[in-house]
Amino acid sequence: MRKTLLESLTHGSLTEPAPAPDDSALAELATKVDRAAQARLGRSLAIRQVDAGSCNGCELEIHALSNAFYDIERFGLRFVASPRHADVLLVTGPVTKNMRQALERTYNATPDPKWVVAVGGCAIDGGIFKGSYASVGGVSAVVPVDLHINGCPPSPTDLLKGLLALLEHVGGKG
Amino acid sequence: MGILDGIPHVSAALSHRPWPRAVVTEAGWQAAIDRLVEGGLTLLGFWGEPTAVHMAMLDAGSAEIAVVSYECTAGTFPSVASRHPPALRLERTIHDLFGLAPTLADDLRPWLDHYAWGKSYPLSGRNTSRDARPYQFLPAEGEALHQVAVGPVHAGTIEPGHFRFTANGEHVVRLEQWLGYTHKGIESLMQGASLEAAAKLANRTSGDSAVAYAFGFARAVEAALQIEAPRRATLLRALMAELERLANHLGDIGAICNDASFALMHAQTGILRERCLRAANVAFGHRLMMDVIVPGGVTRDIAADGVSALRALLAELQKVFPRLIELYDNTASLQDRTVTTGIVKAEYARQFGAGGYVGRASGRDFDARRATAYPPYHALSFEVPVLQAGDVNARVWIRIREVEQSIVLIEQILDQLGPGELETALPARIGHGACEGMTLTEAFRGDVLVWLRLDGALRVERCHLRDASWFQWPLLETAIEGNIIADFPLCNKSFNCSYSGVDL
Repeated sequence: MRKTLLESLTHGSLTEPAPAPDDSALAELATKVDRAAQARLGRSLAIRQVDAGSCNGCELEIHALSNAFYDIERFGLRFVASPRHADVLLVTGPVTKNMRQALERTYNATPDPKWVVAVGGCAIDGGIFKGSYASVGGVSAVVPVDLHINGCPPSPTDLLKGLLALLEHVGGKG
Repeated sequence: MGILDGIPHVSAALSHRPWPRAVVTEAGWQAAIDRLVEGGLTLLGFWGEPTAVHMAMLDAGSAEIAVVSYECTAGTFPSVASRHPPALRLERTIHDLFGLAPTLADDLRPWLDHYAWGKSYPLSGRNTSRDARPYQFLPAEGEALHQVAVGPVHAGTIEPGHFRFTANGEHVVRLEQWLGYTHKGIESLMQGASLEAAAKLANRTSGDSAVAYAFGFARAVEAALQIEAPRRATLLRALMAELERLANHLGDIGAICNDASFALMHAQTGILRERCLRAANVAFGHRLMMDVIVPGGVTRDIAADGVSALRALLAELQKVFPRLIELYDNTASLQDRTVTTGIVKAEYARQFGAGGYVGRASGRDFDARRATAYPPYHALSFEVPVLQAGDVNARVWIRIREVEQSIVLIEQILDQLGPGELETALPARIGHGACEGMTLTEAFRGDVLVWLRLDGALRVERCHLRDASWFQWPLLETAIEGNIIADFPLCNKSFNCSYSGVDL
């Protein structure tokens, strides 16, 4: 194990360069995010992830954002345990009817200014679970959505592009 | 003697493959329950249809499997759960979805139904209403006891569910789970779906087991249609299944250590997990390998540089993983948290037919890859690790040994991968009535059961997907008893049960 630690010290970082923010994500944002709120936030975002009924595929890739390759914290993006500490809700799933109230309450517990990022194909309109008696059919049916990150599930790079787009925008650069 | 020889039955379903299914009278149903209660048989699955219920059972000695069906002519069936506790949540689910009532049931509280769907008994085909009542947790009473309610939204990036702890100081005296939050109505969406659409739904039953579910679904369709996927396709399927097992075990071993505040392990296994997913992406074009396995075979061949990517992955794992095992084994502060924590009694693991590392860490020597020897595992050699201690440490060690076995399996598969077809053509239609198929497939967390019935035009009439977690979640309730609340994340992570897979 000492050998592994030593190698970690001498072989340099695994962390990869940051991807360029996604153009379409930026465009979607530009219309939706209030510029006045941007200046107040600074270059740091606290994220509360909410699984509103996903298959768990999106969660696995969101987890991967914290591994040594992506190391999300270097961009000022941080996962927090409570909605009260959060600027962004990262919501996955086709939003089941059984999770609707929990999502609403999490949203209401998040202080303003706040943004909602809907992650994955299901979060847009229910995806392949659309039309089920048990699903409301997408995050925007329950809370206002500022950005969609598509994919089934979106790769960590896709997630990072979307979040960076959000960060650049709320940071006042956009 | 076959399972059904000892159970009086009225008729056998001829189109059910590969194992027999028989319709039984009340006496036969009770006889089957008797065998479960005595421990001669293990409950593998329990599911409903609008006017019938089915139980799949395993004879652990002979590895024989059979299904018994009971026609609910009066809308009722004799309760299984009142005599055999592993059936409880499945029985409550059957009532929630189909409105069929178990007679003499002790517990008929809703399980998946949170009264939010806007309809009762959604799969019953009837319009019956149900009285909405607040959910009643089971009582735990005493002067010094207090309750801690957790979820459905948790502090970490995990799936939603509710945990109700009753504690005496730090010590948990009762944990009760209430799930159903991610219920998406998968079995209802399956009804009438084309095989293509249904395979996609199966893939997304539990995202971490996408390959295992697709594998199980495809094999169930093939069993029903009496066709076989080509050899190269079965090898590629197993390759993906073992990659999925590797990625999950690696991620979880680190996450368990992280819950014991040992972050170094988490960082190191996180690197290995990411390497698995990247190799999977190179080889099969998707990090979680979704939608590659379909009924009949696989939709794509391994990419030209896939084999070298996988060989490089194995080389890295063989270099780094032994050092991580050594680190786990030699860190006293970590062992202090995992040894003797969250013990699952061998007796419960057997009674509940607990699959995967939960069962194997508590002495239950069962692995669907070996027990049902489905292709290509019948021609591959691997060991199934079994331990007796049943604690968090034993579950970690089973996973460590399974990582090693998956490496061995992937090597064998790469060596055997000759040229060949990728898909066997499905018939356009079968033309005569329905056919039924059932499979057990070993996912990383245990056996996944898929049962389905296809109509003449190859559409899904009914499909039931049973995750290993059905029989593992209740054991987590027993494992935490007497431990402290602070050890719950550690116990929970060592199980890593699926929420989506049981909520469906």
